[in-house]
Amino acid sequence: MDMIVENNIFRFIYCNLVNTNESCSDFGNFLGILPLGFEWLAFLISGFLLCFIYINGILGAVILSIWGERRLYGRFQNRSGPNRWGPMGVFTSTADAIKVMFKEDVVPVDADKFLFNLAPVLMVFPVFMVFSVIPVGIGTFVVDLNVGLLFILAVTSLSGLAVVIASWASGNRISIFSGLRAVAVLISYEIPMALSLVGVLMLSGTLSLNGIVEAQKIPFILLQPLGFVVFFLASLAEINRTPFDLTEAESELGAGYLNDYSSMKFGIFFLAEFAATIGASAVIATVFLAGWKGPEILPSHIWFGIKLILVLGLIVWVRMSWPRMRIDQILHLAWKGLFELTLINIIVTTIMISIKPDPSVNEMWIMAIINWVICIFSLIIVSKFLNRSVKDNFSNLKNTTPYPVGTEKIKSSFINKKEMVN
Amino acid sequence: MEDYLLQYGVLVVYALLAIAVPIGMLLISYLATFIKIRPSKPNEVKLSAYESGLPPFGPKPVMFNFRYYYYAILFVVFDVETVLIFPWAVKYGVLSKQFGLIAMFAMFVFLFIVTVPFIYAWRKGDLEWIYNRN
Repeated sequence: MDMIVENNIFRFIYCNLVNTNESCSDFGNFLGILPLGFEWLAFLISGFLLCFIYINGILGAVILSIWGERRLYGRFQNRSGPNRWGPMGVFTSTADAIKVMFKEDVVPVDADKFLFNLAPVLMVFPVFMVFSVIPVGIGTFVVDLNVGLLFILAVTSLSGLAVVIASWASGNRISIFSGLRAVAVLISYEIPMALSLVGVLMLSGTLSLNGIVEAQKIPFILLQPLGFVVFFLASLAEINRTPFDLTEAESELGAGYLNDYSSMKFGIFFLAEFAATIGASAVIATVFLAGWKGPEILPSHIWFGIKLILVLGLIVWVRMSWPRMRIDQILHLAWKGLFELTLINIIVTTIMISIKPDPSVNEMWIMAIINWVICIFSLIIVSKFLNRSVKDNFSNLKNTTPYPVGTEKIKSSFINKKEMVN
Repeated sequence: MEDYLLQYGVLVVYALLAIAVPIGMLLISYLATFIKIRPSKPNEVKLSAYESGLPPFGPKPVMFNFRYYYYAILFVVFDVETVLIFPWAVKYGVLSKQFGLIAMFAMFVFLFIVTVPFIYAWRKGDLEWIYNRN
């Protein structure tokens, strides 16, 4: 039973329930409450408790992160942020959660009732599933799948389905536009997101996240700067964060697909959004910043926490610094910018590994410098290129009907009644 | 092998909890209606779809831009590419020691085959959001 030995929390609960020789003998005195024939019951109970602890941890982290982010937004805008409930306003989001639970629930007449209720559950499910394979510390995870990274990519693509169901079930034209935009963005960014991880896989030689952490002699952000940039941008788009949050573009679409949601259903969407932010930062911290690895001054869980908060802070910083992009800019960035960058990254990494199959730490530093130079040059070239293609687009615009509306001055002929009738 | 399956057992328990938690939240919120904590006073205006304050109008299955469909098709093509490239990437360290440069060029040929239709789609203008094929 390798799994029990590796997974510390699981092992602790399991061995306290049934004290079997094969997996619990090497150290410590465990209770062994159940008799020896009941391994299956102990397995079920300890699995359930482990998952229960994990999910409660996620919910707690979300509540804290909502408060923390709002405080940070406050500091960025030179105001104090929420500071009334509890010390420094820690309980503000708890109060919000309780309030939203007891608000009136409105289901519009046009809505498809079943799908309307299903969408929030489907939205939060993949976000929870992402956390199941992430190692939070040494031997602290739910499962260590050997296809962990692929599992994350597979599960996160479900959220697109949830957005479409939410928007379609609302029976609201604004929601449907928002949902379709969201799906166009989500599926476009899934490809650079998956391809940017190929370099990491080549260096580590495994898909298991624990294996990837152990393979990082130096953090992969140094060896894979291009992969990191692309993955960071793509995950910002996947979790609907600024500058890619056009599903909730208030000026055009109201609250987007959340227009008709109220009460706890809205609360669950809100929870899913913030949990997805934590999930994305956890994946980035694990894959590119060496996860729980660090000097042994601090325990591994603390190292992971520090890295997670750093990435979370970076996401907040990006949100407060950049304005929202238009849909054509976002899609062109995915297809014409990031896709090429990932191809460059794959080719460079392949050549590098063919030259040095098993690099030592010193050789890795040389590889890192070369990679950073290539990264900066290719970013500059691609950004120049993208800028040019955007300009071309605007020169085309003059001959056609302006779409999206509002990017051009409305011609006087549009206001002419005769034209409108024709 | 047994251990491998046991992991998925824990994952199933986790998945069931991940579904049960949001459903439980919705259920608590729903049950609060019966003990008069949560108000429920629907009226006609409240129950109509919110379209920025105007009464909803027009045909209900809303028509939308055909452009979304092109992106969906391109996504299918390139997502299959990622699925095929992942196993190669994981085993590349082993393959390059075993086969040398052949392992590299095999994948480059595949990447080339995928990139040609990408460039074709680009030249045809299928990646543009503003569709303008003159």
